[in-house]
Amino acid sequence: MAFPIAQRWLLASLILAGVASAVSGSIDPYFLDVVMGVGVSVVLASSLNLINGFTGQFSLGHAGFMAVGAYTSAMLTTVVAPRLGWNPVLLQWVFFPMSLIVAGLLAAVAGLAVGAPSLRLKGDYLAIVTLGFGEIIRVMLQNLDAVGGARGLTGVPTYTNLFWTFGTAALTVYTVWALLNSTHGRGFLAVADDEVAAEAMGLDTTRYKITAFGIGSFFAGLAGGLYAHLKGYLNPGGFSFDKSIEIVVMVILGGMGRHAGVVFAAILLTLLPEGLRELGSRSVPNPFGGAAWSLDWIKEMRMILYSLLLILLMLLRPQGLFHRSERRRRGT
Amino acid sequence: MTEFLQQLLNGVLLGAIYALIALGYTMVYGVLRFINFAHSDVFMLGAFVAWYSVEKLGLPTQSIGGGLAALLLSMSVCAVLGVVIEKLAYKPLRQRSTLTVLITAIGVSLLIQNVAQNSRLGFGPNPRAFPALFPSQQLHFGALTVSTHQLVVLAVALSLLGLLYWIVHHTRTGTAMRALSFNATAASLVGINNDRIISFTFGLGSALAGAGGVLYAMNYPSIDPLMGTLPGLKAFVAAVLGGIGNLPGAALGGLLIGLVETFVSGTRLSTFRDAIAFGILIAILLFRPAGLLGKLKVEKV
Repeated sequence: MAFPIAQRWLLASLILAGVASAVSGSIDPYFLDVVMGVGVSVVLASSLNLINGFTGQFSLGHAGFMAVGAYTSAMLTTVVAPRLGWNPVLLQWVFFPMSLIVAGLLAAVAGLAVGAPSLRLKGDYLAIVTLGFGEIIRVMLQNLDAVGGARGLTGVPTYTNLFWTFGTAALTVYTVWALLNSTHGRGFLAVADDEVAAEAMGLDTTRYKITAFGIGSFFAGLAGGLYAHLKGYLNPGGFSFDKSIEIVVMVILGGMGRHAGVVFAAILLTLLPEGLRELGSRSVPNPFGGAAWSLDWIKEMRMILYSLLLILLMLLRPQGLFHRSERRRRGT
Repeated sequence: MTEFLQQLLNGVLLGAIYALIALGYTMVYGVLRFINFAHSDVFMLGAFVAWYSVEKLGLPTQSIGGGLAALLLSMSVCAVLGVVIEKLAYKPLRQRSTLTVLITAIGVSLLIQNVAQNSRLGFGPNPRAFPALFPSQQLHFGALTVSTHQLVVLAVALSLLGLLYWIVHHTRTGTAMRALSFNATAASLVGINNDRIISFTFGLGSALAGAGGVLYAMNYPSIDPLMGTLPGLKAFVAAVLGGIGNLPGAALGGLLIGLVETFVSGTRLSTFRDAIAFGILIAILLFRPAGLLGKLKVEKV
């Protein structure tokens, strides 16, 4: 595999993110918010793709790891940062990334804590246990008064900008890509394809699964940190089962275990609700004359359309939107 | 002691409702090997059908006949709905991977929730007060207080569990269901119409979920389109806890979750009660990965 190409891509993305962030002052704030939301989704979907898509361990608790990261970094920047007496630039460019890394590490610890005991379980059982862990994390946050409890955590500084979101997104996609294309990384695919055969070939399947959970949760933690400093407000309800499902849907629509497909699906699914909202505020000219037809109904129907789309896609194109062929299994 | 008995009773009631829902999950898993996420929304619809039958169709409240009619009506509507969902969404996916069906189920669940939340097409997002279907009265047994509604919940839940047991173990259809869940290919070889049995299973499970919804709403008389999510998740946990695909396991799991949740609610940890169900699940699965009554399948190569 041509590593240098991927590294050049990474470099290019980072520079692009830097340039974009430098001119972000002149971009419409609503648009900026949506675009950064897209970046966070890309990080989430790519990291879950490592666990669900490449390693084949169906996890329904990604929002939980995201929550761990979000709360960790938010606590660091709201409680610890003010005591340091640093100036705002230093806080945003030095302290914030450090808080993100701590957030990622803590989320990774949570991921390992889930991954390690759950490895005895397979398929549906693993799915439900990860779901359970996610819900436990949410209920814990709801009951911790130190982080705002059910009221949520307010006053998180909005440090997230285009550079941090897209830098992280590029880094996530690159890491997952590079990992999968390394000798070591082939092991993840082997575990997903046939666990018994992988074990028979002498692969330590347990180690691969734990690694996948650890790395996947690390990036989910980063995404959580970005999300916290993008919205400026955290609410445990935002990290419920529904959020996990949203991320799973991105991975599946993108085609499990496709790098670019999952990134596209993350972008598409984050833009879709916004696009439908925008469409809902327009109207079409009436071809029969008379008053223009309002598209207002789309606004209230957009979640219904979203779910219908999901069902239709599964009926018509279950391999995901961007899945070309089963290239990986060509040899068999 | 009285308080203990009171909590025990509440726990058994909640557990019986969870058991009803869990049975639907477990039966569908038994025949199709996938988690029917839309089950918790059928549960919600059950409660709404009963609400409509009283508020719009004018069935009498506070009467045994009216209550039973509402219950039967919502069970039948839910059964039909379950079959329709199966035919439209899951049947075309029969030969596809479990994951595809799982995502479709999530899609169906989202669809029902969103249509229900839409004020023009469904019920609207606001919670509604659930009427007293059966005569409500407080009965006193010594220091113990029991409402007639609680007795109804218990009686209905137990008779439905009994009925289900009878259907599964003493009718031809039930035998076919068990055969199908044991080995689908072999079942069709001996002349069982798999599609019909699967539809029947969906209908039966959905009817139980509908009944569960009505009973749940009688205990917690405020209903809204998202009311199914948490009880559904817990019932699902109950099904896995007992060993998914195993009917007595689902009943046992439901009872266990209901009891523990009620007792935890009585302590200082009450705000954690939604996490408890999952805590137990994880603890048990770590020691018995196939659930309490489930059998671990040995993988042959």
